[in-house]
Amino acid sequence: MLSSNPYLATIQRDLLLGLRNPGRLLNPLLFYGLVALLFPLALGPEHRLLAQAAPGIIWVAALLATLMTLDSLFRGDFNDGSLELLALSPHPFVLLVAAKLFAQWLLTGLPLILLTPVLGMFFSLTGQSIGILLLTLLLGTPTISLIGAIGAALTLNIRGAGGGALLALLVLPLYIPVLIFAAGTIKAAGAGLPVDGQLFFMAALLVLAITLAPAAVAAALKINMH
Amino acid sequence: MIWDFFYKLASPRYFYAITGKWAVWLGWLCLILMVAGLYGGLILAPPDYQQGESYRIIFIHVPSAWMSLFVYVFMAFNAAIGLIWRIKLSEIIARSSAPAGAAFTFLALVTGALWGKPMWGTYWVWDARLTSELILLFLYLGFIALQSAIEDPRQAARASAVLAIAGLVNIPIIHYSVVWWNTLHQGPTITKFDNPSIHTSMLIPLLIMAVAFKLYFFTNLLMRARCEVLLREKDSRWVQELVIEGRISEKTA
Repeated sequence: MLSSNPYLATIQRDLLLGLRNPGRLLNPLLFYGLVALLFPLALGPEHRLLAQAAPGIIWVAALLATLMTLDSLFRGDFNDGSLELLALSPHPFVLLVAAKLFAQWLLTGLPLILLTPVLGMFFSLTGQSIGILLLTLLLGTPTISLIGAIGAALTLNIRGAGGGALLALLVLPLYIPVLIFAAGTIKAAGAGLPVDGQLFFMAALLVLAITLAPAAVAAALKINMH
Repeated sequence: MIWDFFYKLASPRYFYAITGKWAVWLGWLCLILMVAGLYGGLILAPPDYQQGESYRIIFIHVPSAWMSLFVYVFMAFNAAIGLIWRIKLSEIIARSSAPAGAAFTFLALVTGALWGKPMWGTYWVWDARLTSELILLFLYLGFIALQSAIEDPRQAARASAVLAIAGLVNIPIIHYSVVWWNTLHQGPTITKFDNPSIHTSMLIPLLIMAVAFKLYFFTNLLMRARCEVLLREKDSRWVQELVIEGRISEKTA
């Protein structure tokens, strides 16, 4: 039974669709784990080196895993026309898009965070560094989902193998500030320095993304739908 | 009065008719200034007491670095005008700015690397300014790639306008996050106009070169935009008359 509130109903619908299609949910997670596990094989099994590189590796793996989920974000709804129905509905399209993006984060960002402690143990991180890592992911993954959605909406009409690479080219440069602040937070925490400042920066980026990205996504979707 | 002029300029036909002469004038002026600037910079200016002759690359490096940012802002501004008011000419201008902007960014990176080898002992360091310039290059390339991936020109223009605006919002954030991340590049030596830490004999050729680069950009922009106008308006009557008769008749509107 869907809620009568249009935004809650949108979230419910997207969650239901996501849960009924476990592959869409699990494949990015497997990808996330696999990318992270490639690094010990490439760098060598030494614990000290891995523990030092781990936050960076895990963050890059999380960025790439998020990138993987972006293409399917609007594709299905675009192809079967339900996106147009949302755009034509009497409710503000921006808010409906924001609801969809929130559902997307629940389906892709949250599982990523839940899997991270396991990865952290593989890299022999201490409990405290895992805690900080989770905190940065909690503040950072919604931001990268929101920014990535702009790219996904812009490349909606582009078919073929070039689309995915184009999406990466558009979106990855915009991810850099999040990556820098996340890695900086973890590094400072490792050195025993205060991290509040950097966490506030990440929160500021998140607030900025929440404010601006849904509008940009809605505009980009409308361009592709005419 | 001035608004009338801009209003007329926004018509592709009028734009094409009047900018042919502009491009020629700008091109010659650019050439004169560039020769003067290069003569002043490479021959008249004295060698630097620390860096010797190799500092002379700044006469290319600094103007390109300035232009790389200027062009992005100019491009995003025009793209936004095209997106908001649906002005075709602004879309064309935004699209035609991108290749030159990417070229300036690339030039700034390459000249910086060539200068870095004798001065810093390495072609590349992960310094804040270098890194944000590299990211800027990727922003340009993304804009160009998105433009060329979408076939319909109006749709391509609007989609890439959203991207350009998102990039514009992000540029300061990227820049300051990268600055905070790492800094090695020397501080600005020219912005302090009242007491610049660069000698006048070097400053004047540098400023001449900066103006010459700007003129080059606008010459290049006009030439590209004129081609783009013809391509997009190829079905209109004035373009067909232009092709057949070799000139734009005054009568057809």
